[in-house]
Amino acid sequence: MKDLSKVNNPYNDEKVISQCSIFGMMNTAGDPVSGKDIITAISNMHDRGNGLGGGFAIYGCYPERSDDYCLQIMFDTKVSQEDTEVYLKRFFHINLSEEIPTFPMKAIKNPPDVWRYFVQPKVEEMHEIISEDDAVTRRVFRINTRIDGAYVFSSGKNMGVFKGVGFPEEIAEYFGLEDYLGYIWTAHGRFPTNTQGWWGGAHPFSLLDWTVVHNGEISSYGANRRFLEMYDYVCTMHTDTEVVAYAVDLLARRHGLAIETVMDIFSPPVWEQIDRMDQKERRYFEAIRSTYGPLLLNGPFAIIVAHHGEMVAHTDRIRLRPMVAGIQGDMVYASSEESAIRLVSPELERVWIPVGGHPVIARLKDVPDHDVVEGGRELEKGEKVEVYPTC
Amino acid sequence: MSASTAQVSKTRTRYSATQWVKLDAQGVYYKDLNREIRSLALKGARRFEIRNVFGQRYLGTNLWGIEDRDKIQIRVYGTPGSDMGAFMDGPMIEVFGNAQDATGNTMNCGKVVIHGSAGDVLGYGMRGGEIYVRGNVGYRVGIHMKEYMDKIPTVVIGGNMQDFFGEYMAGGRIIVLNKFFEDNPPVRQSYFIGTGMHGGAIFIRGDVDLNQIGAEVGVEDPTDSEWKAIEKYVHNFCRVFDLEAKKAKLLKRHKFTKLFAKSSRPYGRLYAY
Repeated sequence: MKDLSKVNNPYNDEKVISQCSIFGMMNTAGDPVSGKDIITAISNMHDRGNGLGGGFAIYGCYPERSDDYCLQIMFDTKVSQEDTEVYLKRFFHINLSEEIPTFPMKAIKNPPDVWRYFVQPKVEEMHEIISEDDAVTRRVFRINTRIDGAYVFSSGKNMGVFKGVGFPEEIAEYFGLEDYLGYIWTAHGRFPTNTQGWWGGAHPFSLLDWTVVHNGEISSYGANRRFLEMYDYVCTMHTDTEVVAYAVDLLARRHGLAIETVMDIFSPPVWEQIDRMDQKERRYFEAIRSTYGPLLLNGPFAIIVAHHGEMVAHTDRIRLRPMVAGIQGDMVYASSEESAIRLVSPELERVWIPVGGHPVIARLKDVPDHDVVEGGRELEKGEKVEVYPTC
Repeated sequence: MSASTAQVSKTRTRYSATQWVKLDAQGVYYKDLNREIRSLALKGARRFEIRNVFGQRYLGTNLWGIEDRDKIQIRVYGTPGSDMGAFMDGPMIEVFGNAQDATGNTMNCGKVVIHGSAGDVLGYGMRGGEIYVRGNVGYRVGIHMKEYMDKIPTVVIGGNMQDFFGEYMAGGRIIVLNKFFEDNPPVRQSYFIGTGMHGGAIFIRGDVDLNQIGAEVGVEDPTDSEWKAIEKYVHNFCRVFDLEAKKAKLLKRHKFTKLFAKSSRPYGRLYAY
């Protein structure tokens, strides 16, 4: 077990009635946008969190080094950094390493050092490993499990995760995120329920370029974790959301399933509903529930999953956590509260509450598919959408 | 806003009950906004027009104990936060926009009119008053609604609803004018309607499939006295949303289905030996 002495709860909150906040925005034309809007939006939901975790994922933020894997790693001590760097040098060509610029402030207490390394896996060290992605994930898990005080925040190309203990707007200020550019942004304000608030436990959770922000509670964490361990995923972050990131990596990247199928695996219809389906649909759901039953996510959750080219807003099948989606021009938004979307985009072409268990998927426009789908089909213009002009 | 709050509390101005007091909520914390409304109401103001509302919660909650509070009218422009009208006892709130979750939570008396759509758990534990929603509503609307003698909370929904509608409902009435937006049908039917229901009644304009409803729910036609209530509240609905022309079309008795609790204690014997 690793030392978690960095765990802190300076607020000593015994009981606060609240819930997490999540927000995601994507420019489907792929144009970079600054962090200003998402910081405004997530801080409007300040009261949903309690200052024990905030974080952001940014896609497209390192265009000048887009071919390198960017490992963003937090270090509790100088020793953990030295150990990690020795390990990295053995398995990677490090093209650039730097401390992530921060702007120290009173609200952020005892921050760890956070560094980023732009790397390429050494082919001669890959041996039986078949792909560069697999090489990176193996090293990430080795750092997380074997090197004391070092945790990898993110490990994808041309993207990064910035997170820590604090309100999301404080974390944004600490890392100066207003000056970053990206075409997908996701954000999270944490209200920890079952585990401590610590830097590694803040959202987003990430592996390669997959990131997950989550509001809710994965009651099936134990079952999910045991299934994922059989595929070499080791949970080290002491919180339930981690399994979602690894499950997406397993299903979408390694097993090559479409993101719609991945979401169906997470929250399939109940058997009673499956029994009423036509044969083709019934066999599909019977197959995924039999094959991937241990990856069904039970309990209340609303998640925003992202990777390059796609942002997915999804809830549990009986929708026990809030989610609102909105579209304006090239921008697609997903949020815990509509007011946060309205604050950054007062006019919306469409705004709606997605059906539980039916993902809303935003895709880059040049991908030969629909740019926004819900529940596996494209939305007609103006469909099922109540738009009301704001004043 | 803090500056103007200070100004208001220093002045001894009385407000007339007919004057529309205008407030700008841009960037104002919900506690400050609600405190401001209460302090103005204590000085006689009864009509409020609040612009630029972005997620401020508990609007209308802290007006308990104010004289003539049933004369208070609050017009909200923007997107009010969750728990709007929670524990409200008399005032009327009109929203020009969409409402978020838990509108009318445990509301005791008063009226909420929403010109757009509303989110989840609208009317949660509601025990009196009326809520009118022009558009659609989210999950678990009317959960734990209750009634006592002549205090019968009523919710009228113009559009359609999502799953677990009227869950654990113990009293009150909900009227759904489903398919009111004929050109705008729902993506999919709602399921688990009235799960755990043990009181009250849901009136749906349109057919309800048996696999959409919970095990505790019975289906029949509205009685004469119930139809009178439906007529009254649909009439109110058309008046508040200026839809008088559609009233005749909406009020076709044979189109309405009544959902009711088959038993007031469906699981009374479950753990009894």
